[in-house]
Amino acid sequence: MKLRTLSASLMLAGFGLVSHSALANISDDVIRIGFITDMASVYSDIDGPGGIEAARMAIADAGGEINGKKIELIFADHQNKADVAAAKAREWFDQQKIDMLMGGTNSGVNLALAGIAAEKKKVFMAVGAAASDLTGAQCSPYTAHWAYDTVALARGTGSAIVKAGGKSWYFLTADYAFGHALERDTANVVKAAGGEIKGQVRAPLNSSDFSSFLLQAQSSKAQILGLANAGGDTINSIKAANEFGIGKTMKLAGLLIFINDIHSLGLNVTQGMQFTDGWYWDQNDETRAWSAKFEAKVKRKPSMVQAGDYSAVSNYLKAVKATGTDDSDTVMKWLKSNKVNDMFAKNGYLREDGRMVHDMFLMEVKKPSESKGPWDYYKQLAVLPGEEVFTTLAESTCKLIKK
Amino acid sequence: MITIFGIPLQAFLGQLLLGLVNGSFYAILSLGLAVIFGLLNVINFAHGALYMFGAFLAWMGLSYFDLNYWVMLAIAPLIVGVFGIFIERCLLKHLYKLDHLYGLLLTFGITLLMEGLFRSFYGVSGQPYSTPEALRGATNLGFMVLPNYRAWVVVASVVVCLLTWFVIERTRLGALLRAGTENPRLVEAFGVNVPLMVTLTYGFGVALAGFAGVLAAPILQISPLMGSNLIVVVFAVVVIGGMGSILGAIVTGLGLGVIEGLTKVFWPEASSTVVFIIMAIVLLLRPAGLFGKEK
Repeated sequence: MKLRTLSASLMLAGFGLVSHSALANISDDVIRIGFITDMASVYSDIDGPGGIEAARMAIADAGGEINGKKIELIFADHQNKADVAAAKAREWFDQQKIDMLMGGTNSGVNLALAGIAAEKKKVFMAVGAAASDLTGAQCSPYTAHWAYDTVALARGTGSAIVKAGGKSWYFLTADYAFGHALERDTANVVKAAGGEIKGQVRAPLNSSDFSSFLLQAQSSKAQILGLANAGGDTINSIKAANEFGIGKTMKLAGLLIFINDIHSLGLNVTQGMQFTDGWYWDQNDETRAWSAKFEAKVKRKPSMVQAGDYSAVSNYLKAVKATGTDDSDTVMKWLKSNKVNDMFAKNGYLREDGRMVHDMFLMEVKKPSESKGPWDYYKQLAVLPGEEVFTTLAESTCKLIKK
Repeated sequence: MITIFGIPLQAFLGQLLLGLVNGSFYAILSLGLAVIFGLLNVINFAHGALYMFGAFLAWMGLSYFDLNYWVMLAIAPLIVGVFGIFIERCLLKHLYKLDHLYGLLLTFGITLLMEGLFRSFYGVSGQPYSTPEALRGATNLGFMVLPNYRAWVVVASVVVCLLTWFVIERTRLGALLRAGTENPRLVEAFGVNVPLMVTLTYGFGVALAGFAGVLAAPILQISPLMGSNLIVVVFAVVVIGGMGSILGAIVTGLGLGVIEGLTKVFWPEASSTVVFIIMAIVLLLRPAGLFGKEK
């Protein structure tokens, strides 16, 4: 090994003038991507094995190798525990020599991973996590926050509902980093638009019965019940709200809704709900074609997060290919100076703070009569320009932004 | 308006009742565990998975065979029970001479297998199951509007729990069961088929889990994970009540449901931990549990 390195450097020295990118080659002769996500628990339908498959599709579409160097994907289950994820990430960086770390769902986990990646100076792509803190107070030069965040969800759904007259809000919040961020960002939007926050109740992640929390929400007499939770928690809260007739006195606002949630609950219960999404399989020919390929493998339509996984991996690989290296600084520099144009985002761009800015969409759940069958669930109400829904650089609390 | 600890009396009563509904599930599940532990000395970790199996059976019955809730409420526990007997005869039987831990590991393995199997077929988001026609709607109790189905859950599980308690504590069959627990050899000498009794007890215990699963189907989204979310709490309930104590399981199940319900109001963030805090305190003060006998 040493001899090889030595001879390689001698060879390079022999060439005399070599550009920086050629000098920093593909380390260990392999491009290794480590993907940590929830493989079996509450968020595993949104990302999980489907997300891994999406990443594999991106690698296959890139040809499986770059300049003769193999692209490898390893993955692990974080069980929604930040400490499990952190230990795995350290092991991967130190022993497996991964070049890029991907964070699936769970903001708590992703905030921990971002810190480790920054310490190891390796590219970290957060896809499934929502907390805007990833590019705000806890931003890092190595983080790329790809698919969506709590600010975009809040501005998309929050302002649409306040505009429609929903002035007083109560939050049912998942009690961890993500829920807190979503509640905070939505509350800011509501207050800025002249609305009022009547209160909030914070339910532990994975609660099975939400009826108690819902009755507390109802007694607040607020017009809008903001669901600052996700996945199974959202499903069970909507189900219980339906059972207790909460919808008669307050309107439910799902702040983070995935297509899997709608599929699971059915249109009867969810019709008419408005929410913000970053991507939908039935938007154009490109999204439909990719989704058909995905469905053939995974047996269901992809969620926004799974499409984001594909996009993140392909853009990373594009960067490696264009620069000829997996050196983190070089790759990040390339990603931050080239537009993202694929089936996930059009004219998206990765900003200095790590935010991938792209258009989001205000969606409404179809009535059962409007839906042609399984997975035909959304009507697009509006395009929310990325510049408007994500945190602007002027508002950013990221320390990398020079003001 | 009358208030209790700062919240209106009406809201307080509402929360008590909701706690009782959740407590009913704890009671019926911990009862099954207690019966099994009492006679077999097996810590049945598969209980949560069998509860999930019961709920899935209800859903499968409706969506594949068009069998309604009431039919499945009768059939699903039977199927789960037969499945339990199969587990006991083929697997558990061989572990009785070994330490408790082996039974626990085996049943834990069964849980992982079952959850994995259902997850790979159905994913985790869950299947919807609507409330049976006759129990739709809600009743205004004055202090809250209670969905009729939730009231039914409390009634059904209390009746099943009391019946079980009665059979075990007050009938001849129950006396044999209890004697079999104390001294299986002696009971066998009287001509009682103890191994058969053991098998049927395991079958009955897990059938209770299947029953609870069907009861839960219209309330929760039917997901492969629904059992593992619940089972750890149920184990804590059994420990607090006293391992193997029938009455202890029922009373602590209902009681802890209520305590958990109130925690959801006063300190919602702690509602998933409160049961374990109580468990720690009980273990410190009364290691055998509230209703358990020191051996």
